[in-house]
Amino acid sequence: MTKKYNGAYYTILILLVILFIFPILFVLMNSFKGKFYISDVPFAWPSGDYYAGFSNYTGGIEKANFFTAFGWSLFITVFSVGAIILFTSMTSWYITRVKNKLTSFLYYMFVFSMIVPFQMVMFTMSKLADTLYLNNPIGMIVLYLGFGSGLSVFMFSGFLKSIPLEIEEAALIDGCTPLVAFFRIVLPILKPTTITIAILNAMWIWNDYLLPYLVIGVSTGYKTVPVAVQFLMGSYGAKDYGALMALLVLSVTPIIIFYLFCQKYIIAGVVAGAVKG
Amino acid sequence: MEKYLKKQFAIFALPTLIAFSVAFGIPFIMGLYLSFCEFTTVSNATFVGLENYMKVFSEANFIQAFWFTVKVVIVSVITVNIFAFLLALLLTQKLKGTNLFRTVFFMPNLIGGIILGYIWQSIINGILVNFEVTMLMDSSYGFWGLIMVVNWQYIGYIMIIYIAGLQNVSSSVLEAADIDGATGAQKVFLIKVPLIMTSITIALFLTIANSFKMFDQNLALTNGGPGNSTSMLALDIYNTFYGTIGFEGVGQAKATIFFIVVAAIAVFQVFLTRRKEVEN
Repeated sequence: MTKKYNGAYYTILILLVILFIFPILFVLMNSFKGKFYISDVPFAWPSGDYYAGFSNYTGGIEKANFFTAFGWSLFITVFSVGAIILFTSMTSWYITRVKNKLTSFLYYMFVFSMIVPFQMVMFTMSKLADTLYLNNPIGMIVLYLGFGSGLSVFMFSGFLKSIPLEIEEAALIDGCTPLVAFFRIVLPILKPTTITIAILNAMWIWNDYLLPYLVIGVSTGYKTVPVAVQFLMGSYGAKDYGALMALLVLSVTPIIIFYLFCQKYIIAGVVAGAVKG
Repeated sequence: MEKYLKKQFAIFALPTLIAFSVAFGIPFIMGLYLSFCEFTTVSNATFVGLENYMKVFSEANFIQAFWFTVKVVIVSVITVNIFAFLLALLLTQKLKGTNLFRTVFFMPNLIGGIILGYIWQSIINGILVNFEVTMLMDSSYGFWGLIMVVNWQYIGYIMIIYIAGLQNVSSSVLEAADIDGATGAQKVFLIKVPLIMTSITIALFLTIANSFKMFDQNLALTNGGPGNSTSMLALDIYNTFYGTIGFEGVGQAKATIFFIVVAAIAVFQVFLTRRKEVEN
């Protein structure tokens, strides 16, 4: 490799890094500005008259009930991902190991669901969810399990088909019940795929707007973070850009922190998901 | 082993199956049927045949949203893939700190569509305020805004896919090319590009599918304004369902057409990938 271009490469890359983090810095800077200055002098440094301290943060947190929304987002994401991992791994094991018409039909149904856009089912699904009293955080977990099962069953099954049967068979012959064999032997083997599936589903559920909006709505106290942000800005009337900036910072920060700690797994997981999906 | 496991259907498969039926199976079949019905709530449907579908095609909004979506998809697929590929080339040059750069470029991909949309709405309006206009004054602002959002969100993601592909290009092939006196451009276009065709196919279809189905970013950035001129298909379907009473059937027909297009794209991708696998 020739080194003569390295200086130029670094210059380009550093300029690009600045360009990529500029949007975050822009929002961060404006979150400390008085709300009327954000639209008048968006690129001015928040000092002197422009500086508003943490008033946007206190105002935004109160208006959007941010910590409650954050709590519900976390609750729904954690338990949905848990339910998806537990139930779809069991289902995948069942449909890859029991070979009959029913299981292969089920497999193709799960795969089919991956190519259907949400708009196709959103109206009927939200009506059905209302009828079945699923319009609450617990119900959301059931719905996310249903929607997440397509990709998750597909990925778990793909992995299960590639591992040998002998270990599982030995366990069953030794007198393990299928349930014990699954938790003692199969689930530990599935670990790498489990991490990938957990990451893909967590990113999707944490950021999802339309499903919680349609099912839970905005008139309850169960708003998630995206729903709360959209509710603050999407309603008619005077828009508080100060509160918006603060909420954007508060929404992005936990994601970035989480990313910096787990970036190796996240990047690997997303690539695996892209290639297999 | 099959016989032990087979009896355990209720434990292993039923919970997922119930959730799947409630969230997807039943709504999908109902949706398909209701696209041929007139209704306001699901229970008062009357069968009207193809009437909803005729209304879809005689309606200016849908056609407008369709072409706007096609424009967004074409421009964003080209820009995202070119930038992502160039970045991937840069980051596979054995420079120091590659991981750090990769981390930064990928980061926006983790931010949700609603948040992304509002971040860029404030930036774009912040720039436009100097010219005393806002994004809702001309549909071209909304269009280029969407392109910027999609680029910021997906360049890092697609870049990672290209990097994974480029790292699999064997260095002996490239060394052989060096010995034969190949230029940098020749190495890129005659060796690297043909050898990462699988990555290119994946990246192209990911960007096509994601930008075609885009909703959150569209809603947060312009909400389709001015008028409906920057509504993409998903937003138009949403507005047909929830914006006008009595048009639920038309909305469902639009959604069904949308589903057929998305499914056709996916099937075409599988077809292309399978054919390549056979060739290899």
